[in-house]
Amino acid sequence: MSEQQYEKYYVPAQSAWPIVGAVALFLIAVGAGNFVVESTRGKEGFGGWILTAGLLVLLVMLVGWFRDQIEESMAGKYSAQLGRSYRQGMSWFIFSEVMFFAAFFGALFYTRMIAVPWLAGESNNAMTNAVLWPGFEAIWPLTTTPDGTTTQAMGWMGLPLINTAILLISSVTAHFAHVALEEGKRGRLKLFLGITIVLGLIFLFLQVEEYVHAYRDLGLTLTSGVYGNTFFLLTGFHGLHVTLGTLMLIIMFFRVLKGHFNKENQFAFQATSWYWHFVDVVWVILFVFVYIL
Amino acid sequence: MSSVADDLHHDEHHDHKPAGIMRWLLTTNHKDIGTLYLWFAFIMFLVGGAMAMVIRAELFQPGLQIVEPNFFNQMTTVHGLIMVFGAVMPAFTGLANWMVPLMIGAPDMALPRMNNWSFWILPGAFLILLASLFLEGGGPNFGWTFYAPLSTTYSNDSTALFVFSVHIMGISSIMGAINVIVTIFNMRAPGMTWMKMPMFVWTWLITAFLLIAVMPVLAGAVTMVLTDKYFGTSFFDAAGGGDPVLFQHIFWFFGHPEVYIMILPAFGIISHIVPTFSRKKLFGYSSMVYATASIALLSFIVWAHHMFTTGMPLFAEMFFMFATMLISVPTGVKVFNWVATMWRGSISYEMPMMFALAFIVLFTIGGFSGLMLAITPVDFQYHDTYFVVAHFHYVLVTGAVFSIMAAVYYWLPKWCGKMYDQTLAQWHFWCSLISVNLLFFPMHFVGLAGMPRRIPDYALQFADFNKWISIGGFAFGLSQLIFLALIIKASRKIGEPATAQVWDGAEGLEWEVPSPAPYHTFETPPEVK
Ligand code: HEM
Ligand SMILES: [Cu+2]
Repeated sequence: MSEQQYEKYYVPAQSAWPIVGAVALFLIAVGAGNFVVESTRGKEGFGGWILTAGLLVLLVMLVGWFRDQIEESMAGKYSAQLGRSYRQGMSWFIFSEVMFFAAFFGALFYTRMIAVPWLAGESNNAMTNAVLWPGFEAIWPLTTTPDGTTTQAMGWMGLPLINTAILLISSVTAHFAHVALEEGKRGRLKLFLGITIVLGLIFLFLQVEEYVHAYRDLGLTLTSGVYGNTFFLLTGFHGLHVTLGTLMLIIMFFRVLKGHFNKENQFAFQATSWYWHFVDVVWVILFVFVYIL
Repeated sequence: MSSVADDLHHDEHHDHKPAGIMRWLLTTNHKDIGTLYLWFAFIMFLVGGAMAMVIRAELFQPGLQIVEPNFFNQMTTVHGLIMVFGAVMPAFTGLANWMVPLMIGAPDMALPRMNNWSFWILPGAFLILLASLFLEGGGPNFGWTFYAPLSTTYSNDSTALFVFSVHIMGISSIMGAINVIVTIFNMRAPGMTWMKMPMFVWTWLITAFLLIAVMPVLAGAVTMVLTDKYFGTSFFDAAGGGDPVLFQHIFWFFGHPEVYIMILPAFGIISHIVPTFSRKKLFGYSSMVYATASIALLSFIVWAHHMFTTGMPLFAEMFFMFATMLISVPTGVKVFNWVATMWRGSISYEMPMMFALAFIVLFTIGGFSGLMLAITPVDFQYHDTYFVVAHFHYVLVTGAVFSIMAAVYYWLPKWCGKMYDQTLAQWHFWCSLISVNLLFFPMHFVGLAGMPRRIPDYALQFADFNKWISIGGFAFGLSQLIFLALIIKASRKIGEPATAQVWDGAEGLEWEVPSPAPYHTFETPPEVK
């Protein structure tokens, strides 16, 4: 054993929230599993209720867990080492999110570069085209599927371009907010954080507009072949992440109003801003590969 | 840190360990959580094993006798899912929870509350999966690989439950992996530099990286299955411009790294046991580290060796063939290092070493059959036959599972403070060793002769072999009850007391704490020289 003094690692005490969270996830999975079947097959059942109950329990858990966490952090219990653990944990979590999106981008590239051309007879698939899907041509966006479903493509001008600008600016304002926090300028911090939140909300609103436009005017739906599939799953999951990010920003805003965070103690704030930059980067990639190219 | 805060956690930590069920439900202690994972894994091993018994009973004779074909398919599917996600992976996570903090001199895992959460969501996920077997129309029946369109167009409505339970398993693994990585990065005792880290810690670090990289891809795959089946998307349907082959690419991009997730920690365990009982240092420690890392990296570029027969351009077939063969180089490095470690050592044959030796021989057989499968033209013959089943059971049962058993024998005295019962251990080892080979070795022959996997009936010429395979199967299943008895005995604290070092050749921080390891260890970090 050493003579040197080492800081003790703060090992958090027991907490009831994880087990509440386990119940929540169980209810959500049971509920969602039943609800999906019931709602798409027109069956009666309790899936929706179980799902709602699960989401409520999850909400309670999140509020409770974070409240405890904030109290402990404000009480100065956390060591610098624990802070490093949180930061590293958050980075790896974001990496897992990157890989989740990678699966859908992979699906996009594969269908676009391989599946659709093959259906049109490329590589050694001449007979596939001639016998199974005669007349099918490979184009992207895939506006006519092999079985003849048609749709219009979503252009990149207009809403998507505006949304790109909004998110890029919000990334910058989030960064300014962080700088202000580091410099202890609370007024600027509130201002830029506020702007970031508003930009996030505008983005979400426009995204809904775009979906309405897709469904109503373009006939671009979840069921209109792989173009629509990749479009909606990629933008949809991205939108969910923006929603989550905006909620996190709003919580940070209230904590800032209460005087939380300073140069040393700002993990939650930092994690939120990392997350926000991450959803921005995903959007940029998405904008290039889903909309422009 | 302020002295006030110091006192605070002094109170919280040294004194109480809550009694009864609440201790286990609320625990944030890495040893408790490790124990929970290990017991959970063992129960799942028995449940999944029971399903294997159903499969082997049906295949005892040609013809359909005991179960309906649809139920047979559900058994093969759920057996595979349970063994992979419910038995092998949680067992390794349990070992990591118990041993990684002890080996690196940390007081606990880095994120103890998340640790509790990641364990306690697992039982729910498997409850859902098992309960779905009792639904009208039955549970999942498309194989653990859930290929589309079997899992989309042709599956029953339990698929939605299957999807969400897999999501939860994935969330659990990701949280567990984040915890392990952060613990290793951030909580090593002073002086525990990277190249002094025990091999088990190294292999788990790399495994955790693989987990975080590929579990989300599995989540993507099940999500696309869900939307294809219920919401009218056509990712895996040519009519809408998709492709069922896409499913296989996504699944195996997860699936191949997944098989390394199940074997890298095993390599780590064997790299501890062989030196201990040879009373020598591990031969080629740094080459072991580099070999592990290169296996992990290569595992991302070989996935399509599972798809040689599904349709790829010739160039891709060649690429995946050679990339796969390349992996056997670092794997061979490991095997040679273990053998070199034993060379001129003063070997003693305690039970952990027996299992480790069995591992080295039998895992290598599995590696060789893997190489055979990697040869594209011959895989056209072997694919989807019992030869593949023989291959992956050699690497997974006599590989991963044997390593877990070796680990349990090796560390049980540290966990419980008692030596295991020697007689039961001998019975367990020899019964398992003989029966497992009776069970899996003849599968090579029937496979080469063309017996397909996942089919409840077979041609008459395979009858004799299958009879013996089934007998081996039942015997292997029963042998595990001896193991159960042995563990219960030790955890009831019956047996000879173990010393702190337990094995005279053992080295490492985990052997410096008393046996049984106290509830809290290394609250002030030890100095590593
Ligand atoms: C030298 C190393 C290895 C090589 C060259 C190799 C090669 C292969 C190949 C080519 C296949 C596909 C066979 C087919 O479906 O026709 C396969 C299947 C499989 N391998 Fe390996 N393998 C190796 C090591 C491992 C290890 C270490 C594990 C797990 C611990 C493993 C687990 C599996 C599993 C589970 C399958 C079957 C998956 C399924 O279709 O259900 N393999 N292997
Ligand atoms: Cu593989």
